[in-house]
Amino acid sequence: MKQENTIMENQLFRPLDLKKKIRPGESVIQALLFIAGFLSIFITLAIVYELGKEAWLFFGNPDVTFAKFFGTTEWSPGIGKYGIWPLVTSTLITSTIAIFVSLPLGLAVALFLSEYASPKARSALKPILEILAGIPTVVYGYFALLFMTPLLQSIFGKQTVEVYNMASAGLVMGIMILPLISSMSEDALSAVPRALREGAYAMGATKFETSIQVVLPAALSGIGAALIIGISRAVGETMIVAIAAGSGPNFTFNPFKAAETMTGHIARISGGDLSYNSIDYTSLFAIALMLFLVTLILNLISQGIINKFRQRYE
Amino acid sequence: MNPKRDHYPEGEALHYSLNRRYRRASIWQTLFFSALVIAILSLAALLYNVIDGAFGYVAFEYKNDPSEFSAKPLDDLSKQELLDILKANLSSGAFTKLENEKPMDTRSKSVLYTLLLERLIQIDTKQTWSMTDSIFRSAKIKAEVAEKYPEAKLEFRSWLTPVFLTTPMSSKAEFAGVRTAILGSLWMVGIAILFALPIGTGAAIYLQEYASKNFLTRIIQTNINNLAGVPSIVYGMLGLAIFVRALEPFTSGSLFGVTDSNGRTILSAGLTMGTLVLPLIIINAQEAIKSVPDSLRQAAFGVGATRWQTVWHHVLPNALPGILTGSILAVSRAIGETAPLIVVGASTFISIDPDGPFSKFTALPIQIYQWTTRAQSEFHSIAAAAIIVLLILLLTLNATAILLRNRVQRKY
Repeated sequence: MKQENTIMENQLFRPLDLKKKIRPGESVIQALLFIAGFLSIFITLAIVYELGKEAWLFFGNPDVTFAKFFGTTEWSPGIGKYGIWPLVTSTLITSTIAIFVSLPLGLAVALFLSEYASPKARSALKPILEILAGIPTVVYGYFALLFMTPLLQSIFGKQTVEVYNMASAGLVMGIMILPLISSMSEDALSAVPRALREGAYAMGATKFETSIQVVLPAALSGIGAALIIGISRAVGETMIVAIAAGSGPNFTFNPFKAAETMTGHIARISGGDLSYNSIDYTSLFAIALMLFLVTLILNLISQGIINKFRQRYE
Repeated sequence: MNPKRDHYPEGEALHYSLNRRYRRASIWQTLFFSALVIAILSLAALLYNVIDGAFGYVAFEYKNDPSEFSAKPLDDLSKQELLDILKANLSSGAFTKLENEKPMDTRSKSVLYTLLLERLIQIDTKQTWSMTDSIFRSAKIKAEVAEKYPEAKLEFRSWLTPVFLTTPMSSKAEFAGVRTAILGSLWMVGIAILFALPIGTGAAIYLQEYASKNFLTRIIQTNINNLAGVPSIVYGMLGLAIFVRALEPFTSGSLFGVTDSNGRTILSAGLTMGTLVLPLIIINAQEAIKSVPDSLRQAAFGVGATRWQTVWHHVLPNALPGILTGSILAVSRAIGETAPLIVVGASTFISIDPDGPFSKFTALPIQIYQWTTRAQSEFHSIAAAAIIVLLILLLTLNATAILLRNRVQRKY
């Protein structure tokens, strides 16, 4: 016992230099962790640089003029046709159909889960939506081609509905995005303070009137954010359109016709043997850059809305 | 409810208006509920559609008559007899090649039987039917087959069999399997996680435990959230430009003495997929670290631990289940992703098992995509079987993640 005490005392009374770092390795670790954190910035820069570089080569080609790119409606870079519109319109059509399916359904599901369902029902029903959200998009593609298309054909007739068509891809994409919109909207709805609901009930409003005229407007910004994320997801979705929407750019506004979207085009062309430095190769990067910028802007807007909304209630 | 109204209903009118409001409320409630029903029905339709495709009648013809090879019915043959038939009828070159892949007498009877069908008798599939059709229109199908293909045999077949899981790719749907695709997926996901988990966890620790709240931190955080929303095909393009093309000497393995490959390897795919799931892992790890109570950190600092000692001995062990849950979710995302793999160049026809990071590869979703886009219905059937394999794999992973998550939730 006595010996131990003296050791303790020796340690205690040794002069301690507070300026000296006891473990120099700590700063190395901190530097490594910082690099890991900074890598994400590097990834973004790499995306912008690589897509930008190849897209620059594409637009630098003397054959590709601004007038051709936005002024004509045929896309086939291999033979000198550079009109981007067929890819853009089909992307817009499939995304619009998807949003028209997923927004009302997703919002209704969110309202039901947050305002009507008991906690027990909610915890039983939410996993179903989570399963829907976890299914790989290639499986949705199979579903679109081998279930939705035959269904549409049996309703509208085989003459009107082509085997590959934008409508079935859009509808299935809507089902795919539904869980995303419903879960984000539900978060927004349940963040509305209880006091607002109680106030409405006290005035004699029914549950429906409270939900639609009080809770929904209060959560509108969050629902807007969900809508924007949904659009961004629909624009960037690849496999469903690659399988079910058709393989070949086609300038048409008829949703029952086949037309390739921007993502579907990238998937089909890059899947084949593609030689670097060809105009086909660089054109894909130009399309990918457009996709990246559009989704980036949509995501930034959505995030801005969410941040503002959080400050309001928390 | 209308603010412009100058008097409100009373008495009988009030009663009437109340009734109307309640009725409207219950109609809308039904509508909201039916949206949920539609979602559930869609899920049910999807699963049913897949299962429906994976089982059903097949009408097929033998190209060569089985009686040419054996007097007995094929099903009654013993393993030795099967082996003898193969030996007698296959060219010696083909037989040696099979023998070299795996010695013939160590192969099981069902494998030999499949070889006999595939190489010698050769099957020509005429038509396939879905499970529902096969069950409810059985008589009609039989009549149809008898009329259209008088030579053909009709058989109820499950496309999802143990053999399907263990045989490599084949150009004939009847003999194709997902072995190479599953192995390719596993290699790819393994590399992706080895790459993304340490970096992702490191980034999360930096952001939660070290970073001060300044401009740079905010930029990094916003950037991570945005990266999580970038379309997967854009990651594919990034992988094509950087891993496949710019880093070709490294990813093709020529730096390490591998010669017969270009940059379109498992390594490129794994790194691309790792980049794709990185933001997901960071965000989940951040949540896990955030949920570790501050009292633990303060106690550690109180007894004189440094920041890293606190993180390593106290924060990380407590955040570990959450981080693992996040990485399992990342794995299931990576297994299901198809688009980036198409872009970085997964080969579609690979019949040799991948043997390292520098081999060419195929993956489960790539096979599903390929088979779905074929015109013949027997390929749709094996696509459905492959989808069932994929979904079971994902379900197992997600169930593990949920179990882990529930254990964590119980703790605090």
